[in-house]
Amino acid sequence: MMPQTPSQEVKNTTCYMCACRCGIRVHVRDGEVRYIDGNPDHPINKGVICAKGSSGIMKQYSPARLTRPLRRRQGAERGAGDFEAISWEEAFSMLEGRLAHLRETDPKKFALFTGRDQMQALTGLFAKQFGTPNYAAHGGFCSVNMAAGMIYTIGGSFWEFGGPDLERSKLFVMIGTAEDHHSNPLKIAISKFKREGGRFISINPVRTGYSAIADEWVPIRPGTDSALLLALIHEIIAKGLYDRDFLVRYSNGGQLVNVDEANDEFGMFLRDEAPASDGCYDPQDKLWWDRRTDRAVRTHSADADPYLLGEFRLEDGTLAKPAFQLLKERVEEYTPEWASRITGIPVETIRRLAHEMGVTARDQRIELPIAWTDSWGVEHESVTGNPVSFHAMRGLAAHSNGFHSIRALAILMSLLGTIDRPGGFRHKAPFPRPIPPCARTPKGPEGVQPGKPLDGMVLGWPAEPDDLFVDEQGEPVRIDKAFSWEYPLAVHGMMHNVITNAWRGDPYRIDTLLIFMANMAWNSTMNTVEVRKMLNDKDENGEYRIPFLVVADAFQSEMTAFADLVLPDTTYLERHDAMSMLDRPISEFDGPADSVRIPVVPPKGECKPFQEVLIELGSRLKLPAFTTPEGKRKYRDYPDFVVNYETEPGSGIGFLAGWRGKGGEKALRGEPNPNQWEMYAKNNCVYHHELPKSYQYMRNWNKGYLEWSQRNRITRYAEPILIHLYSEVLMKFRAAAQGKGTSRRPPAHLAERVATYFDPLPFHYDPLECQATDKHTYPLAAITQRPMAMYHSWDSQNAWLRQIHTHNLLFVNPVTAKNAGIQDDDWIWVESQWGKVRCMAKYSEAVEPGTVWTWNAIGKAAGAWNLSPKSNEARKGFLLNHLISEELPSDQGRISNSDPVTGQASWYDVRVRIYKAEADEPKVTAPQFDTVKPFPGQSKRPRVWNFFAAKGGK
Amino acid sequence: MTQLALVIDLNVCVGCHACVTSCKEWNTSGEAGPLVDLRPYDADPTGTFFNRVQTFEVGEYPNTETVHFPKSCLHCEEPPCVPVCPTGASYKREEDGIVLVDYDKCIGCKYCSWACPYGVREVDAQRRVMTKCTLCVDRIYDQALPEWDRKPACVRACPTNARLFGDVHDPDSEVSTAIRENGGYQLMPEWGTKPANHYLPRHKTRITVREDELERTDNPLRIDSKLPKPDRDEPSLDDVTSW
Amino acid sequence: MHPAFSVIFLTTLIGAGQGLFIALFLTESLGLLGMAPTQNGNFLALGTLASLILLGLGLIASFFHLGRPERAWRTATKWRTSWLSREVIVLPAFMGVVFLYGLAHWLNFNPTLLTLPGDRAVLVTVALGMAGTLLAVALFVSTAMIYAAVKFLQEWHSPLTVVNYTVLGAASGFTLATAYAAWSGAQLVHVLASTAIALTLLGLVTRIASLIRNARIKPKSTLQTAIGVKHPRIVQKSQGFMGGSFNTREFFHHKSEGFVRAVKWIFLIAAFAIPTILLAVSLLMTVDPTSVLIAAALIQYLGLVAERWFFFAQANHPQNLYYQSVA
Repeated sequence: MMPQTPSQEVKNTTCYMCACRCGIRVHVRDGEVRYIDGNPDHPINKGVICAKGSSGIMKQYSPARLTRPLRRRQGAERGAGDFEAISWEEAFSMLEGRLAHLRETDPKKFALFTGRDQMQALTGLFAKQFGTPNYAAHGGFCSVNMAAGMIYTIGGSFWEFGGPDLERSKLFVMIGTAEDHHSNPLKIAISKFKREGGRFISINPVRTGYSAIADEWVPIRPGTDSALLLALIHEIIAKGLYDRDFLVRYSNGGQLVNVDEANDEFGMFLRDEAPASDGCYDPQDKLWWDRRTDRAVRTHSADADPYLLGEFRLEDGTLAKPAFQLLKERVEEYTPEWASRITGIPVETIRRLAHEMGVTARDQRIELPIAWTDSWGVEHESVTGNPVSFHAMRGLAAHSNGFHSIRALAILMSLLGTIDRPGGFRHKAPFPRPIPPCARTPKGPEGVQPGKPLDGMVLGWPAEPDDLFVDEQGEPVRIDKAFSWEYPLAVHGMMHNVITNAWRGDPYRIDTLLIFMANMAWNSTMNTVEVRKMLNDKDENGEYRIPFLVVADAFQSEMTAFADLVLPDTTYLERHDAMSMLDRPISEFDGPADSVRIPVVPPKGECKPFQEVLIELGSRLKLPAFTTPEGKRKYRDYPDFVVNYETEPGSGIGFLAGWRGKGGEKALRGEPNPNQWEMYAKNNCVYHHELPKSYQYMRNWNKGYLEWSQRNRITRYAEPILIHLYSEVLMKFRAAAQGKGTSRRPPAHLAERVATYFDPLPFHYDPLECQATDKHTYPLAAITQRPMAMYHSWDSQNAWLRQIHTHNLLFVNPVTAKNAGIQDDDWIWVESQWGKVRCMAKYSEAVEPGTVWTWNAIGKAAGAWNLSPKSNEARKGFLLNHLISEELPSDQGRISNSDPVTGQASWYDVRVRIYKAEADEPKVTAPQFDTVKPFPGQSKRPRVWNFFAAKGGK
Repeated sequence: MTQLALVIDLNVCVGCHACVTSCKEWNTSGEAGPLVDLRPYDADPTGTFFNRVQTFEVGEYPNTETVHFPKSCLHCEEPPCVPVCPTGASYKREEDGIVLVDYDKCIGCKYCSWACPYGVREVDAQRRVMTKCTLCVDRIYDQALPEWDRKPACVRACPTNARLFGDVHDPDSEVSTAIRENGGYQLMPEWGTKPANHYLPRHKTRITVREDELERTDNPLRIDSKLPKPDRDEPSLDDVTSW
Repeated sequence: MHPAFSVIFLTTLIGAGQGLFIALFLTESLGLLGMAPTQNGNFLALGTLASLILLGLGLIASFFHLGRPERAWRTATKWRTSWLSREVIVLPAFMGVVFLYGLAHWLNFNPTLLTLPGDRAVLVTVALGMAGTLLAVALFVSTAMIYAAVKFLQEWHSPLTVVNYTVLGAASGFTLATAYAAWSGAQLVHVLASTAIALTLLGLVTRIASLIRNARIKPKSTLQTAIGVKHPRIVQKSQGFMGGSFNTREFFHHKSEGFVRAVKWIFLIAAFAIPTILLAVSLLMTVDPTSVLIAAALIQYLGLVAERWFFFAQANHPQNLYYQSVA
């Protein structure tokens, strides 16, 4: 046996081959990465690693690496990819000059939008300090419905914010989950769960990935999830299988709603005194109808027990019903028979699913000997739970009816009594948060002032119409129209409409668009063909409609070709990062956790981490957060920033929660520790704060936890967070649209839309695009799935991963295909009302016959990512994006193809038809694009790649 | 006598390919490497891998099972690839049953691959010798590694722990127990190759809800459906009728 | 299987070489027995040289099959278990004997080696010829057994493979010998052509027998046994990679079924029908049949190249069950 060479070192850091953030050990031999494996002491992945993580080495050697700042050559057309290399100083002075002018004149003319960057705490801070409202990360086109739908209902959501407690669950139901999200933890958990005898049901139009090992696959038609979920709720209520005790105490189900239609307060909760809420919490001033005393009492009064059903008249004559009664009435028509026709799932299956869930929750109760005290001071000897858990992601979210589907899911989970209880759904810090959380954007254009930071957060959580970010006419202030009456709860912004809106000048023109790590000219945009034209389009004066386009990325891509200025970023192995509590930390069920990346190899060429670019620009522009009171640069570099930045002077809250205080003796809150990085480095790059057992459950209403959380400034308030079966927040928007109350009113043309979709209870409707489609012409739903060995468009440049998915085909049920005269592996056309794509068909018995699907983001533009123009990705690969429009026609022109509540991009609503390509057509996917030109300094593609780390093997 | 092997649990394999690339990663810079990749960024990229994950569909819609199927050298107890080798480069180790190729002896005649029904040997196009899974023989005995780490790279990587590693001749080992208790089986038993690697089949967990279990005396509907009693002083028929 | 031309040429060239040698030794033997005109040393020496050239070309072709030909010497070590190893030993041994046989004739060095009881003298060339013939047969067997011994390739795993390799090699050698005899004006065309026809027809019978056998083969392995799932309907969706691998290159012919069928008819015609006709015509010809016989030998050889291509292409390796689909 050859012993390990002595020059081998093992360095800990955090993976970034997807957004999962596993701990990795990077084995470096003579300065070259030899091996990357999972860190067994890391809470996320416990030593395992996935296909992408194991291929991280190949990312270092990608021939698409950008290594120098590039400027579009004078006189060259944008998009032609004609660049010249410049120095960082030139790049910075260009940016400084341009941005300083914008900041002093009209800061909203600078827009910063980022992909799945894991540094929103910094990018958001930069935008706010700059004073532009035009900032968001990719959440709007990813899964904002999942965040908003659940947070507006239970104060928490899936993935970073919470998840299924599979360790104690008996029945696990997964709906529409992308296989690249939270992947390793979920894989570890599902496997253990199955081996311990748990039952796993997957509801998905397609059976791949996790669904493959489900005990039962329930195929469903895309976009009909709300019908299924509402029918399950119907059946659970009809059979009395809900957890009454849980709902009474921990939800607003017993709270009395004013059902007096003539009353201005119709639809609002009845309160026992004038609302005294001055904070962003849900004051406990509402009423129950007490069964024992048979009268209205303040909720949670000692010894009171409310009716969940019935109709009551208050002393002042107001007619009231408990919220649960309204829910029951709502789902009355949503019978399994009704849902079966919509979803394609047999009636017996829907009933059986409801019974399995209800009976398992009721009869297999878990009781843990953990004493805790609830928010009302009642001491409980044990923590109990019902072992039914769920997980869902974009399959539910990426529809224009997704918000209500997800509300329905959160309500179903609540009816089963599974919120933050063992065996059910568990929160992860900083969640649960108030419904909605406290952050607010400015409320009007006055929040945007030249030379000043934004007067409010760049992204927030509207609790009422007055929280919207609109002008006096009710028109949007943001370029993406988030937080406007069109998409009031667009809490993650709407990156998918930025380019179209900026191009059209609706609501206004901008000057500089800075895109970080998002392929908006390809797989991250809808309507790719037209959006690429918009990026290049000029106005009547011959000026580009989007005058200055800056792209920061580590790799050449379809997007960089359109840049006026390209800033080369580093890879994850070359930089510092903080997975911060201020962004989306890696918390566990048992307590908060955050983590870091520490460079293991030096940056390639002149690559500079994007964080350093922002710190440099912030310092040059003298943004307050980056400048000392004397006007000097405040932070040397990003690591220095992470250590010393505090949200407010002396707040003790910074980017990292671990080892705070002068000597690292404090956690979560404490003064900056100059040795914080070293301490993370010594501790697997993770800080994990395990809570006492009594703080680990029931956290919406756990007095001990909430006060701990308040003391540590995770939350401002320690008030209980009741589950919103009935959403008064939504009702406030509806009331405004109906002309009630004193808040802002929507513009007339949007009143009906708001009134319809801001229903305080979930309801089913056909996705907006389906409503606007002739389903006889376009009968099939077309969706994408995420391959587990690829992360978006990132990995076609990876010599190992691209061999697994070199191109993509359209999977079609053989019955559907044969009806269209299509044979296995035939070339076909897929056509929607917006566009068409030529590709190859593949038979699959694992797809619902009304659905066709393909892997996401495998297709590439010729020459992009420094692949050969003849690569399979370009010649046989394709994007479904060409078939999906970013806008839909509406009475008032065009409106975003998004959820009318949250602005979530409706990726999965498109309807298509398929037919055989003519025999004489070229055997190449269509559309094809001009080959992306090589950039200055682009490395040569090796024909033979004989990788052997540190042996000069190449 | 020891026979090291992998036991692959199809009941939990989600087909993530972690074992495929972790294997490539360890071995390309290890004793078995480098494992070449040809045309890595051009049309039809191809390369040497010791391990692959394949996908099969079993049955017809809607009763379809999607089976992810990892496959590498099975380290047969009667390896047909060994006797056919004209140079003795292909051999099975006495001490632990691992089937290996001596790259210094191999002449690249490919005859051993013909004699393997499982398609798990690959000629490295650059080194022009036969290569295959070594069960990470350069990891599992490496005293420089901590004991928990002395496992094949694929086993260390596998997120669902679908790959168990151990001595299938030791009846008390984890792998033998798994084979015995979960119906572990061998591939293509018809050839008598006696693969050491085993596979564990899918099995289903069901919940049966009987009609009489649906209703319980504590059904909350019974509580909430009790509507409030009217006030005794409210008018009733008692007040107006006399017969 | 992928029909590699290195192996196709190896087996067809040495087969012809072996057959030619046997034919030459047969003519010598017949001459000694007085059953045919005696040939002079030069005829046999030149013919042996031709045989040696065929064997040498085959040997050279075989090197193209090896990834590491510089290590070919190692192949002789595992003769106890490997037919390939045996072939590698027998082929040079045979070539050595052929060389000596030819040399002896060239030098007219032909003393009596020993005298058998009954005063039968055994000449050196006869001893060498008999040794050579034994080695030629051994070589036919070891070459064929390389294929016939692989039980996974059911199309090959049959005594017919050995019979075919032997008979077809011999037939092509005899046809060649006939042409050679005609060219050099030896009075052997009749006997050699008759034998060549007999061998060719015998080859046709045994080859058709193997075609019939192979058409009836029920594959021992199925997708069910390959992945261990008992269900009548299993379809591979993804072999796990898309750009090809050794396993998709080595075990597939990558040609259409129609192409393979065409090759079958081509070899049946070119290796059997045409040579038989031409050989028969040569028997009836009153003019010099050399050109006809050279054509017969050439066509038969090309037919056997096609036959060998088909032999590989037709063999379906069970590993192919694992490599059927990209997605």
